[in-house]
Amino acid sequence: MFKFEKLVFGDLGWGDEFLFATLMTITVSILSMGLGLCLAIITVWAKLITNKITRLIANFYTTVVRGVPELLVIYLIFFGGNSVVMSVAKLFGYNGYIELNALTIGTIAIAFISATYSSEVLRAAYLAVNKGQVEAAKALGLSKIQIFFRVIGPQILRHALPGIGNVWQITLKDTSLISVTGLVEIMRQTRIASNVEHSPLTFLVTAAFLYLFLTTFSGKFFKVLELNYSKGYN
Amino acid sequence: MEYILENLNQSLLFRNFVEVLLGLDNTLLLLIISLPVGFILSLIFAIGRVSENKLISKTIASYIFIIRGTPLLVQIYLIYFGLGSIVYIRESFLWYLLREPFWCGVLALTINTVAYGSEIFRGGIQSVTKGQIESGLSLGFNKLMLLRKVILPIALRKVLPSYGNELILMVKATSLVSLTTYMEMTGIARKIMAKTFAPVEAFIAAGILYLFLNFLMVQFVKYLEWKYNPHLRVSES
Repeated sequence: MFKFEKLVFGDLGWGDEFLFATLMTITVSILSMGLGLCLAIITVWAKLITNKITRLIANFYTTVVRGVPELLVIYLIFFGGNSVVMSVAKLFGYNGYIELNALTIGTIAIAFISATYSSEVLRAAYLAVNKGQVEAAKALGLSKIQIFFRVIGPQILRHALPGIGNVWQITLKDTSLISVTGLVEIMRQTRIASNVEHSPLTFLVTAAFLYLFLTTFSGKFFKVLELNYSKGYN
Repeated sequence: MEYILENLNQSLLFRNFVEVLLGLDNTLLLLIISLPVGFILSLIFAIGRVSENKLISKTIASYIFIIRGTPLLVQIYLIYFGLGSIVYIRESFLWYLLREPFWCGVLALTINTVAYGSEIFRGGIQSVTKGQIESGLSLGFNKLMLLRKVILPIALRKVLPSYGNELILMVKATSLVSLTTYMEMTGIARKIMAKTFAPVEAFIAAGILYLFLNFLMVQFVKYLEWKYNPHLRVSES
């Protein structure tokens, strides 16, 4: 029922395969979290500036992506993404066939999802920064860029860190969904291994432990980071 | 009118929409069973989580830790593929339920929502101030009465927004059950895509339905908040 001997490293077991799959999961999570944060910053900016059109677009994006299952978003980007890229390439006069690899598609899809969550966190963090701080900085004669990087930015980071930690956990768990695109991360590796060895329980429990390990340790990491960033407040 | 219908039938998106709509009942069936059961179990688990009995609270805490630390997909696969591979279960009466993707989905969704829900309710229960509990005790309430008349009404009102969030996450989570060959809306959209080679139309049709479902859920939660938190209502004037 539970075959421990199938988990050894080397040719006899699936240990090294699972190690690479775990590294792939971490890679995709970090890449999509980073891309998602960039997207989230743009979204927050679009929501906060006094322009009705950008705000409408940003609100539409967050509402739709958060109201639709993650799996559907991934399917849409995985199966529909190629044709979009190809039609864009056609505009630039390239008529050949373009196929994005699973890593790119998966990263973009997860980033699209995680950006909606991050944008809410960042927006709340921005609004939590006291208006007086900005006024004080202006009174000191700082430029707009200086105000953002020296005054608002660090405070946003402090307010946003707990929320960003939560989004990271969600993103990490959402990467299990891009196994449907064929990218060999933990979940895909589990399906492959259990199909070969006819022992799904072994590998599924392994996968569960790997995810548990990743979420626990990254949670600890974020705890340390939070403590570090709120040093002046304790 | 007939002309319009004729035109609509020509449109791939509309035909997909009708086809996906036929899967709506399967999605709703998953929710209709797992949400109420999950709600009741969440309450029980949350009460157990804050109980003074270390054994009960530690067991529930580790259950919550494991479920919240693993993706739902792993849980669904563990129940659908994992439990099915245990010979002991295949020979027991459980097999009548667990061989159906539907019941596996219901079980996985319930287990998942109970973990998140009980953590939400725990926050609500612990936010009830000591004075309120003491005043309940001074009225001579026993533990059960205290729970029923003081703690739960206050806690449930407080957690309504976050539990509403969890409900929406559950609506979205039902799509994962399609990966165990259960034909709900996402599964049907996937089938349409394989048939027509038009992914965008198929998934947008399903996406609109999910958005609609979540919109209804949001309205429902808003109504509950309006009804049970009258002190927070914004005056009309």
